[in-house]
Amino acid sequence: MKRTHADPSGVLTGKHFLDGDQACCEGALAAGCRFAAGYPITPSTEIVERFAQRVPQIGGMFLQMEDELAASIAIQGAVWAGAKSFTVTSGPGFSLMMEHIGYAAMTETPCVFVNVQRGGPSTGLPTLPAQADMMQARWGSHGDYEIIALCPNSPQECFDLTVHAFNLSEQFRVPVLVMMDECVGHMTEKVVIPPAEQIEVYPRRYTTLPPAEYQAFKAEADLVPQFARAGEGYHFHVTGLTHDEHGYPAMNVEPQRRLVTRLMDKIRCSADALARNEEYRLEDADVVVIAYGITARVAMRAVQMAREQGVRAGLLRPLVVWPFPQKRLRELAAGKNFAGFVVAELNCGQVFYEVERLVAGHVPVLLEGHTGGTVHKPEQILDTILRCANVAAEVSR
Amino acid sequence: MSAVEMQFGGFGGQGVILAGMTIGRGLVLYENYHVSLTQSFGPEARGSACSCQLIVSREPVLYPYMTNPHILVALSQEAYRKFSPNLRPGGTLIIEEDLVRPDGHPEGVQVYKVPAMRLAEELGRKMVLNMVLVGFFTAITGLLQPESARRAVTDSVPPGTEALNLAAFDKGYSCGLAQLRVPSPA
Amino acid sequence: MTEEQMIAAAPEGCGECLPPNPVEGFLRSERMPHIWCPGCGIGTTVNCFARALLQAKLDLNKVAVVSGIGCTGRVAGYVNLDSFHTTHGRAIPFATGMKLANPELTVVVYSGDGDLISIGGNHFIHAARRNVDVKIICINNFTYGMTGGQLAPTTPVTAISSTTPYGCYEQPFNLPNLAESAGAVYVARWTTYHVRQLTHSIGEALRKKGFSFIEIVSQCPTLYERRNKIGDGLDMMEYFKESSVVKHGAPTREVGIGFQGPIVVGKFVDIERPTFLDLMDKQMTRTLDAHYTGSVVEQNVRG
Repeated sequence: MKRTHADPSGVLTGKHFLDGDQACCEGALAAGCRFAAGYPITPSTEIVERFAQRVPQIGGMFLQMEDELAASIAIQGAVWAGAKSFTVTSGPGFSLMMEHIGYAAMTETPCVFVNVQRGGPSTGLPTLPAQADMMQARWGSHGDYEIIALCPNSPQECFDLTVHAFNLSEQFRVPVLVMMDECVGHMTEKVVIPPAEQIEVYPRRYTTLPPAEYQAFKAEADLVPQFARAGEGYHFHVTGLTHDEHGYPAMNVEPQRRLVTRLMDKIRCSADALARNEEYRLEDADVVVIAYGITARVAMRAVQMAREQGVRAGLLRPLVVWPFPQKRLRELAAGKNFAGFVVAELNCGQVFYEVERLVAGHVPVLLEGHTGGTVHKPEQILDTILRCANVAAEVSR
Repeated sequence: MSAVEMQFGGFGGQGVILAGMTIGRGLVLYENYHVSLTQSFGPEARGSACSCQLIVSREPVLYPYMTNPHILVALSQEAYRKFSPNLRPGGTLIIEEDLVRPDGHPEGVQVYKVPAMRLAEELGRKMVLNMVLVGFFTAITGLLQPESARRAVTDSVPPGTEALNLAAFDKGYSCGLAQLRVPSPA
Repeated sequence: MTEEQMIAAAPEGCGECLPPNPVEGFLRSERMPHIWCPGCGIGTTVNCFARALLQAKLDLNKVAVVSGIGCTGRVAGYVNLDSFHTTHGRAIPFATGMKLANPELTVVVYSGDGDLISIGGNHFIHAARRNVDVKIICINNFTYGMTGGQLAPTTPVTAISSTTPYGCYEQPFNLPNLAESAGAVYVARWTTYHVRQLTHSIGEALRKKGFSFIEIVSQCPTLYERRNKIGDGLDMMEYFKESSVVKHGAPTREVGIGFQGPIVVGKFVDIERPTFLDLMDKQMTRTLDAHYTGSVVEQNVRG
């Protein structure tokens, strides 16, 4: 698929001092998003506030809907009309959007959901960070499906990964989730936005077939179908019911198997290509910390402190958390005898279970969890690194 | 250099966050520092007390929150009372002369007082108090060149108000320079 | 257009000797038979909709039908147009996004009373308030047909449903009144007996700019009639015929429907009010002047 470059009208090229929410908005605009719908909720609202301010001057609109259910489906109506579109939310709003993440997965609607994670459950901690929606992102809607979820750890990455999210949503025709957190969303740092011609944009997979030959859900070799938008004479049908290649309801065992398998496989078969990991001092590491988003920054500090104390620690940071980088993790686990893996996250154990599932029996896995409201202190992660190293030393003695 | 932590505190409407943002912007855009700025976002931070914290470093900032500031700027008695106990030994405290009565900060802290409100009033607009403060901060800390800070002021204020805000900056900057030439009254 | 002209204009029929059905081109004949029960009123309304579309001479490539969930929600699947079968209650916000992203489209929401007014009630009033230019066709059969005849927000007091086995005691919504109160610019009600008037009304709504609402009182012989022992589809049509009173311009607060009581039908509201997009363009132009670049369509659909 040919890639194109960003439309310069939406690209605020230059060096800026922005918070993560603002940078996320700029990422969406750079990626070509010109339609957003949302419902105000802390700490994500600043994204659409900026969008509402910017987009009328570059050919688009922000629509404040009556609730998150409406926002998360209005964007999909806009997508089928030809727009690039996203919604943003937090905590309770993310729970309300679950049905439409499933609808987007089932109908292969390319769109982006941003969740600026805050403490939960329920209303929880509206103004404070957590990373406790990671499993909800993966499994929150009913039924079997696959999504892609990205975790930025800085305002710069809020820009970069939002652009990436739009591109992946177009390439795979899936909802892509940008899983920020309150800390990253409200933190102000340097953000460099490149010139438009250096920002790659994945174009929508518009069909080239004439209407008579077009089947709306007939997949190409990469398991992704070509797209048609409303108003062009294709007279296609889209439904959340199990459907055949025409898009018509086909509610039997075999069409269900075919459709669900394809929806899963189009992501699963590309999981290795999708993986994006940052690796820090893994070459000689005995203890590997696995962390994502804001926690990975704190974990990197903890790794440095462990090194200062003579413990060989390293860091594996997935930027793409779903699909989980299982190949790299298994490879790592099989490569040598580690003292252990430490999963640090702002929840009481979510990605931890994924890591444990993948390497159980090869490497001990320790959780450095946190109920949220702030980020870990580096010392907390350091303690677990040291505990991990000491336990291993005891055992080998 | 290792990281410098600083905190700006005051009450809503003083523009204390914008002052911190302006310093941060100057350091990032024109002095090539890494800066992480965080704000207090709790409901208690809206309306009355508010603050922002900056971690400034030549290296990328990993842990994003401040622990003990090297520099505290307090524009209200409440901010002074709440934040000054956290100051590092040997740290720097900048206070608004008429709004803060310094009666309880740690010993060994260097105190600078700026009559930001009065200087702003001399310009006819109380609201530019925060840019007076930015000027004063720039002179006292020497962290960024005055030209960098002035550019950041221009970037940060509403279009059409640049001249006024730069005048405020210059007043604060001169005031700061003057104090550096004489022993601090603390 | 006369019936003969329609026949002449319609695509080839499938029968050897029968004249082609004039609306056949609007249906996905490969998807027949449909799922609706014998005696159900939904098919009748689809026929009226097809004829209204034909008469309105719209470019059918620019018409999209959006449905929610339920028996009426299946309409989208049978019309040979761009069609979207969305989630339960959310047809209106989906249609809103679609219309605003490409205002060239005529977007018709075709769904049932439970879908639009119960689970989707919030979206209904807000879309009406905004005066988004979408056409709402609401089939009101007083019950949830697809799931087995449960209580709907339209079930008349004393009527039996599977979840009110001793009779309904909740006050139902008066849909035209709700639509008008929320800001709809066109409000009409007909029954499945009034096919000509209904076709005419749909045509008017298609030409009307703004949030237009047509309630179609319809029969559900399998669940509502059977459970309430009021006969079959034909008996219900008799009831519609006998008990309907045409009152154009009737105050909508007076058109509530009691169990097997009189049904006031007609066009109740037909007013002019600027649409969401009109107002957005006006306000943005006022504020941003030359910096305002117009709505999404420029950028994404034509681009």
